[in-house]
Amino acid sequence: MKKFIEGSYAMAEAAKLCRPGVIAAYPITPQTHIVENLSQFIADGELDAKSVNVESEHSAASCVLGAQAAGARSFTCSSSQGLILMSEVLFCIAGMRLPVMLVCANRALSAPINIWNDHQDSIAVRDAGWIQLYAENNQEAVDLIIASHKIAEDPKVMLPAMVCVDGFILTHGMEVVDMPDQKDVDNFLPAYDPPYKLDVDNPMSFGLLGTPDVYQETRYAIQKTLEDVLGMIPEVGKEFGDKFGRDSLRLVEEYKTTDAETILVAMGSVCGTIKDVVDREREKGNKVGLLKIVSYRPFPKEVVKSALKSAKHVGIIDKDISLGSDGALYSEIKSLLPSDQKVSGFIAGLGGRDIKLNSVENIIKMAREEENSCKFVDLNKDILWDKFKTI
Amino acid sequence: MFSILAAKPKSSARNKTGSWRSTKMPRLLKKECINCGLCKFVCPEGCISGSEKNQYSVDSEYCKGCGLCAYICPKKDIEMIENKPEKSNSSEEAEKDKGVGK
Amino acid sequence: MKEIKIFARAGQGAITTAAILGEALFYEDKFSYAFPHFGAARMGAPMNAFLRFDQNPIRLRSQIYNPDYIIVIDPTLIEAEQCFDNLKDNSKAVVAVRENTNINNKQNTAISSLPAEKIAMDIIGRPFANTVLLGAFSKATGEVKLDSILKSVEVRFKSKPAILDKNIEAVKKGYESV
Repeated sequence: MKKFIEGSYAMAEAAKLCRPGVIAAYPITPQTHIVENLSQFIADGELDAKSVNVESEHSAASCVLGAQAAGARSFTCSSSQGLILMSEVLFCIAGMRLPVMLVCANRALSAPINIWNDHQDSIAVRDAGWIQLYAENNQEAVDLIIASHKIAEDPKVMLPAMVCVDGFILTHGMEVVDMPDQKDVDNFLPAYDPPYKLDVDNPMSFGLLGTPDVYQETRYAIQKTLEDVLGMIPEVGKEFGDKFGRDSLRLVEEYKTTDAETILVAMGSVCGTIKDVVDREREKGNKVGLLKIVSYRPFPKEVVKSALKSAKHVGIIDKDISLGSDGALYSEIKSLLPSDQKVSGFIAGLGGRDIKLNSVENIIKMAREEENSCKFVDLNKDILWDKFKTI
Repeated sequence: MFSILAAKPKSSARNKTGSWRSTKMPRLLKKECINCGLCKFVCPEGCISGSEKNQYSVDSEYCKGCGLCAYICPKKDIEMIENKPEKSNSSEEAEKDKGVGK
Repeated sequence: MKEIKIFARAGQGAITTAAILGEALFYEDKFSYAFPHFGAARMGAPMNAFLRFDQNPIRLRSQIYNPDYIIVIDPTLIEAEQCFDNLKDNSKAVVAVRENTNINNKQNTAISSLPAEKIAMDIIGRPFANTVLLGAFSKATGEVKLDSILKSVEVRFKSKPAILDKNIEAVKKGYESV
């Protein structure tokens, strides 16, 4: 049913539709409304789940790890400092092959302290072995939460999934969202039933010591599985689409790229703004397109390569930076493309810096001119100094 | 694809660590035993068993020869003797109780 | 696509105003994206809420810099927040005013002003001007029907029956005051 609702409410409802058994999270802006709503659902008797109050995000992640190991579908969410405080446990969750669901309300990392949106937090934990999907709008956020459970819990996969949603822009934005019916979700997503679990009647040890003669195989197994997930995303995406009428779960979205001379690449909500710019440019006769990355982990190398192969200029927008190197998306894509193709990397929207229509227009212009690997957009040079000076 | 993820209880028992023992090993004299159970209680490897006077035994497949049992015995009914090298594990035993999820 | 910028102080219901408006437009099969000024607001601090709406889903995620419409909930912000700067051509403003309110209308914006706080005091008993202004917005701009606003207010306040009827009356009074 279509509703006009706040993003956080929609995401909480999507989590509820998946019937989680255990929810543990620690409040942090801008994620808070999501768990707040879930707690309300439990208090109102609308959701039969155990909500565990924890003292930190490290504990929240540990709690859902244990709950999932005990056979309960488990949900958590976090942002920024919270997510990186979880990071130790995030690696354990993936290593133990527990399909926990996490919603990351993307927010910048300290210091300076900043509560606004960029992608640095989820990018910082990209190597943990989680499936990472980025939503453009709240409809996609809802759909990805539901659809990614199906992949994560597949007996061939058993890996955790992180749905990344832009903090404030999506979490605090109200818009029309088509909420799926419970019975359709029940039909799509069977109960979580792992082949074995933490069970006093059948005791087992989880999270073992992995000596040098076994550890490397555990990483190989995750890598191979994530490669398989690349094939499953379109399949499950189609199944989801047949049932719910939307193709939100996909590896990438190609927006007017077929004949495009300039293609921008980005993730998350900024893709909506870029689409508006693409349409304006097209009206002016400029052949511009957008390649939206939905699945960042696993990264669909071949799909990206083929989508960009005939573009004269590629402009990659990162809301993150590997300080001392380049934007994460840029590094990844640059390495896929031939060295004579003009590929530029742009850093934009850090710490909530608004990405305006003309920011995107400038990016297109710059991508067509000289090649840059790491060009900061909308920089205010008035607040930059060459020397560490007295204030 | 998966690799080793979990293990059933006692799966590490296949590692017969008695082979690590260096110079000494206990010998239970079985003469003065009063069934106090202290030797069993202090054994860091849990490899002493028994519940009746003079009926205790040491599992040399795990005993490291630390000597705590001999030290604690109120009747001095355990003595430390020269270590005898054990035969290596049979491959059949090593196959038992492997980790699940392989 | 039309853009609305709402000026208020934190606690005066700017987000609620945007939410009610977005919901009302939803009843008329329009898509909207309502969002607060992102950040940590303290009660009484000047803040904004925004709303974009269109026949098609809203994709643009940037903040609103050149609104088609402004709604000013707190008259003391008109000067301090330069509410009348950077409006689009042919823009309209729905403004709560007091007796001494002075508007420097630089861009000849069409202004519908009304003593919304006084109306709210008379009807609700508290100076919450936002629902009054929603009624006025409906009449002044014709972008959304009065009935849609009323239905949306009803949904919004259904769990608070004590203030529901008063707010319905406030919306109607606002509509009539333009």
